[in-house]
Amino acid sequence: MRYAVYGLVVVLIIIHQDNWLWDDKRLILGFMPITLLYQAGISMGAAFVWFLATKFAWPHHLEEIAQESPAQESPAQESGETE
Amino acid sequence: MTQLVIIGIYLSLLLFLGVFSSRLFKGTSKDYMLASHSIGPFLLLMSIFGTTMTAFALVGSSGEAYKEGVGVYGMLASSSGIIHSLCFFLLGIKLWSWGHKYGYTTQIQFFRERLESDRIGIILFPILVGLVIPYLLIGVMSSGVVISSITEGAFENSFAAYDYGVPPWLGSLVISLVVLIYVFFGGMRGTAWANTFQTIVFMILGVVTFFVISSKLGGLQAASHAVLERNPSKLMRAVDPKDRERYAEKYKTWTLIAKYNYATRILKTLKLTPEQKAEAYKAFKPRMPNWQNTAEAVYAADNNLYELTSEEVNKALLTQDDRVMPDPFPEKYQMGLMSHHELKEYPRKANAEKEKAMLIFGGKIGHPTHDLDPDDPSKGKKWTIKKALGVYRASNWAPDAPHPMSKLVFFTYFFVPLSVGMFPHLFQHWLTARSAGTFKLPVVAHPLFIMIVWVPCVLVGVWATSAMFNGSPLFPPHFPANAVLAAMVKKMTSPVLAGFLTAGILAAIMSSLDSQFLCIGTMFTEDIVVHYGGKDRFTDKQVVLMARMFIILVVAITYGFSLLEPRRVFTLGVWCFSGFSSLFPIIFAAVYWKRLTKAGAYAGVLVAIGSWLYLFKEAKYALNPNYTFLGMMPVATMVVASATAMILVSLITRPPSKETLVRFFPED
Repeated sequence: MRYAVYGLVVVLIIIHQDNWLWDDKRLILGFMPITLLYQAGISMGAAFVWFLATKFAWPHHLEEIAQESPAQESPAQESGETE
Repeated sequence: MTQLVIIGIYLSLLLFLGVFSSRLFKGTSKDYMLASHSIGPFLLLMSIFGTTMTAFALVGSSGEAYKEGVGVYGMLASSSGIIHSLCFFLLGIKLWSWGHKYGYTTQIQFFRERLESDRIGIILFPILVGLVIPYLLIGVMSSGVVISSITEGAFENSFAAYDYGVPPWLGSLVISLVVLIYVFFGGMRGTAWANTFQTIVFMILGVVTFFVISSKLGGLQAASHAVLERNPSKLMRAVDPKDRERYAEKYKTWTLIAKYNYATRILKTLKLTPEQKAEAYKAFKPRMPNWQNTAEAVYAADNNLYELTSEEVNKALLTQDDRVMPDPFPEKYQMGLMSHHELKEYPRKANAEKEKAMLIFGGKIGHPTHDLDPDDPSKGKKWTIKKALGVYRASNWAPDAPHPMSKLVFFTYFFVPLSVGMFPHLFQHWLTARSAGTFKLPVVAHPLFIMIVWVPCVLVGVWATSAMFNGSPLFPPHFPANAVLAAMVKKMTSPVLAGFLTAGILAAIMSSLDSQFLCIGTMFTEDIVVHYGGKDRFTDKQVVLMARMFIILVVAITYGFSLLEPRRVFTLGVWCFSGFSSLFPIIFAAVYWKRLTKAGAYAGVLVAIGSWLYLFKEAKYALNPNYTFLGMMPVATMVVASATAMILVSLITRPPSKETLVRFFPED
């Protein structure tokens, strides 16, 4: 499912180019330019895909790692030098 | 004056919020810079969104839509909805976890350890601060322009040179000081709270502005239909044949005016008699304030009253458009006529429009509430300097040529939002998160919030191209794009609403400025002072004090630049973002590519900034808003060049130590 979510992100990037509406000046509902409506749809689609990402591709292990050792000082900061 | 009072009350509220949040300040530098990792999902969403939406989103998007049409949304907003959340998801959460685990406050601390290089900070610090300065500049500059436009005529006797409103330099100064004060008192917590408050304010007021303006234009449908009728190309990304025909006609008339003016004013080979002028006026239907000149030019051309050589015609075009006359004059233009495209290759003379507008319309300029003729109020009110400049540009300069949006440019704009991955102020906001789960709401809601803010702004900007007000076009040709939104708010709403709406615009601007102020102070103290001075050398109080002092220094420098800065907000923003985007491959590789080496990262950074400097210079330091490289957005070249250099050098140099790899990639 994780790969399906990443695949949807790629699909969003591809359909974002919308070559097919390049010279279309139609107004939808009498006021909304079709190209603007389409791109607003891409924004809504993005929100939905990212919602799926939080459900199926969320890196839960990172939260656990951080909670195990909150705000430790790094060795480099303690010594002041890393090089 | 009403607008000014409302803006004053709003700024006072912000100051109160900053002071109030300081009561929760724990006194430690960590609390000042990261709010002790205590920020929850809602505050994180609002502070991240408020930070990424700046003047660029409100003032810039409406101005750019006014110039380029609805394609602006797809070019930057919808792509940002995808890419910003991608950056939060792929980079934000991982960096948060390392920041939380290893105690990072800044990007440079992370890079120093991940790359096993202390000196990377010496290179990155000036680059990051140097790129934040133009970002700050956008906000500081726009706030001054917005306040100045909205307060025209607010004073009876002061600031005549600024149309009796607040001068931009004063507006910018006040906004900088207000943000400085609440950042000083509140630190990151105050910034997060102020951002949340301001994001709510500008989102609500943005939607209100949208509906008020649309109702003044006769409703949503009437506003859009006016564009379909008068400027159909603004509703798509190609050029409508009707717009091309209208432009050809206008350009032809403009050429006649240029030739007539050159023959009468420069060569002095032609002078119409009073009878000829009367006949010229009789046949002409007045439309523009300077219509008599056009009537005379058409009459003289129709009656073959003068003849010019090719060289003289070309010089006439350059003179009429206030372009710098080339010296020596190019040979090819001594024989053939230059096209409009070729004409635009010569820069406009600095201050020419102001000097000429004052000379021509000086008698009409005054306080915008005073009558032009006290004995005859029907003649209207005195002109503002801005109006005189606008009428001068509209009646003298060549009409704008309609141009399609390039598919390659549209596609390569996708690289611009990658900048979010390298914004130092956003990195700092990520670290304020209470947990990894805190990121879920910002990741999902960010594209929707962008849509809520951008769609109305883009529509308003497009409507502005064709809006009529009191029987004449709301904006004359060549109206400055940055002033479109503020001018619409002022002309089409009541003073009370205009005051509130201006507060909303300022909220968007300030919600970015505060994070940037705080971030540069943090970087200076953490990456320079504490790092090189020693961790125990300074008390927390001293660290906070030094952060504040450095912020004042950078704000002073930025403010100084804002007094000189004439570029379009959108263009400047795109260059600033492009610089950060060109560093994106380095942060991405640092998080996901074990083989990234210190030398590879150095190569990537140097190629990124080197290509940025070269292309920025080629684009005449952002003065050319339509600059492309190889037909693409320059950012595409920068990102590819920096990624290539980074990969190649990494592959031929020694990999990072096992210790570092275990530290950052334990799961592998």
